[in-house]
Amino acid sequence: MQNEHAANEANYLKYQGKYKGLFAWIFSTDHKRIGLLYLYSIMSMFFIGVLLGLAMKFELLAPGKTIMDAQTYNATFTVHGVIMIFMVVVPGLPAIFGNFLLPIMIGAKDVAFPKLNLLSWWLYMIGVFLVIAALLFGNGAPDTGWTFYAPYSFKTGTNLLPAIFGAFVLGFSSILTGLNFLVTIHRMRCPGLTWSKLPLFVWTLYGTAWIQLLATPVVGITLVLVALERFFGIGVFDPALGGDPILYQHLFWIYSHPAVYIMILPAMGAISEIIPTFSQKQIFGYKAIIASTMAIAFVGYLVWGHHMFTAGMSGTAQYYFSLLTFIVAIPSAIKVFNWISTMYKGAINVQTPLYWGASFIFVFMIGGLSGLVLGSLATDVHVHDTAFVVAHFHYIVFGGVGFAFFAAIHYWFPKIYGRMYQKSWANTGWLVFFIGFLALYSPMFYLGMAGMPRRYYDYLDEFHSGNILSTFGSWIMVTGLVIIVVNLVRSARKGKPAEMDPWHSKTLEWTVPSPPPLENFDDIPVIAEDDGPYNYK
Amino acid sequence: MEQNAHIEHDHYDAEASKIGMWLFIFTELLLFGGLFVVYSVYRYVNPDAFHLAAEELNTTIGAVNTILLLVSSMTIAMSTSTLQYKKKGATLALLAITTIIGIVFLVNKYFEWGVKFSHGIWPGSEHLLNDFSQGEILFFGLYFVMTGLHALHIIIGLVIILVAAYRIHKGTVNENRAALLENAGLYWHLVDLIWIFLFPLFYLLT
Repeated sequence: MQNEHAANEANYLKYQGKYKGLFAWIFSTDHKRIGLLYLYSIMSMFFIGVLLGLAMKFELLAPGKTIMDAQTYNATFTVHGVIMIFMVVVPGLPAIFGNFLLPIMIGAKDVAFPKLNLLSWWLYMIGVFLVIAALLFGNGAPDTGWTFYAPYSFKTGTNLLPAIFGAFVLGFSSILTGLNFLVTIHRMRCPGLTWSKLPLFVWTLYGTAWIQLLATPVVGITLVLVALERFFGIGVFDPALGGDPILYQHLFWIYSHPAVYIMILPAMGAISEIIPTFSQKQIFGYKAIIASTMAIAFVGYLVWGHHMFTAGMSGTAQYYFSLLTFIVAIPSAIKVFNWISTMYKGAINVQTPLYWGASFIFVFMIGGLSGLVLGSLATDVHVHDTAFVVAHFHYIVFGGVGFAFFAAIHYWFPKIYGRMYQKSWANTGWLVFFIGFLALYSPMFYLGMAGMPRRYYDYLDEFHSGNILSTFGSWIMVTGLVIIVVNLVRSARKGKPAEMDPWHSKTLEWTVPSPPPLENFDDIPVIAEDDGPYNYK
Repeated sequence: MEQNAHIEHDHYDAEASKIGMWLFIFTELLLFGGLFVVYSVYRYVNPDAFHLAAEELNTTIGAVNTILLLVSSMTIAMSTSTLQYKKKGATLALLAITTIIGIVFLVNKYFEWGVKFSHGIWPGSEHLLNDFSQGEILFFGLYFVMTGLHALHIIIGLVIILVAAYRIHKGTVNENRAALLENAGLYWHLVDLIWIFLFPLFYLLT
């Protein structure tokens, strides 16, 4: 026992185990180190995705060919999509912050299956390398769009197979993470931490894990079928052999729509932690947030058809999917209501994470409401496959998940690295990023309404002004991103040492030192009857 | 690392492993679920062609394989009880029988596929593409994909069983720490169960 306590004095960043240097990280089964491994690998992929996005925006600066031809543009948006969806946003919050925080938040020393956790990261890296191989080798980068729609996905001459296998392996990694979290939440909560006392971030991870587990296998088998179609021509998605490409779309979206909720639920969870902390107030409607989380996870399965309104579907099915799409908007709206009510009459402490959190609510609402334009049948016909869809999607997935990610990193940064960042630079970075974001994506709503299709490297002259604004926006946003990242990287090395609980929060991760010791807790905490994650006085 | 080993040592949680395996089984069911959806759609669209193509399959071998898998499910279930009664030898013998049955299943499958190949029927073969209707092409495409994926699961199941047998032999899996064997059994039952659905869908529904 004495040994154990001695070892626990070293924090997890400094702890010296059997391996040294890099190996001490990539073979570590410590959930905190794995969380950081994910942080570094996911951020690296994120930067590649950002560069590709910048390139696309630059291409659209003027009509006609600016820097790339049509084929390169197709490859660029495909790779941008594959990287951003499968490698950044889907694993983003659960794999980074979920891994780092879940065990600490529930008072455990690690996840239920630490080795499986490490295996998930390795699978993630294998998936990453497979996709990168698809880009560098063979007859050019994939050009199908991230959705790999049949029949083009098995007709195109580009190097699609490694990308598909990569996506499959990434899915497997995601499944194992979800499985691990589910078992951890069920089995490893500390004494007294009942379900009705779980922090909301944990609750959203729980909902997310179920979606990861139950939706990902469907896209897995679908991608396998596309690969087999390419290899052998089994015919299931090939109209020439009697197969049905629409069936591919159904199977693909049965996963990929719930995947949107894999992305957004943990983001909502992080916001649900940040808002009460910086309002110093009990979260408003704790149970309503849980219920809406589970409702989103459940109803989110049943709305995939709204991606296919114009693809060929019976009228009955269209009504059904449209109605459910409107229903799934309600739980999200409940959450927005709860966050705002939490801030009402709270002791608001304006810090960087709250700036991000508040701007999250703003962009998320615009993204969500524009989603209803796409969810109703008549308007969807008009804006389908236009820049409007791109704007909506990025408002939700980049505005929602991205902003929540930056909120989360600024919130938990002191805990992760044990150091504070430069507040003024962090706020400046946020402001520049926010302005750039609005300038980048808002014009696309207008452009889409006016009829500019998405996924073209060229456009008519009448769309020029909107595209100029959008491209300028992309430069401003990236400037903000650089400020944020430089500030964080610098502060991780040289920032002032952080206190145990710099934000005066009540959840368990703030009761351990910053950075946490190897085993998180010397003694497993016990939650008393009147304790709770949001008991602010 | 030592420290982590210590944590895992302390935290042997059979219940957690079992929940983990059940969750994994859900994902497997959904993986095959996707294929069953594809099968149902195309059976609905091409009832006659599916009927015709199913006549090509050898019901006898299919039935034999079904019986084999059912027996193997029984033997692996028995092995978990014998382990509880601390009969290590009997447990290992039952696992050996399960493994042999699994291999016999694969051998049968090999010959079954071999006959199809010798008739010129495989996905994308010229004979299949030129002389068969679209529905039949789909039937055989799905037949090879689904039974092939199932055979892959048999192989994975056998590997898990062999690992469990090795651990039992070494004594690290025993009557007090039986989670690995129980999970191997659960997985094997899953593989069995999927075959129980594949057999009627491909061989009997003609």
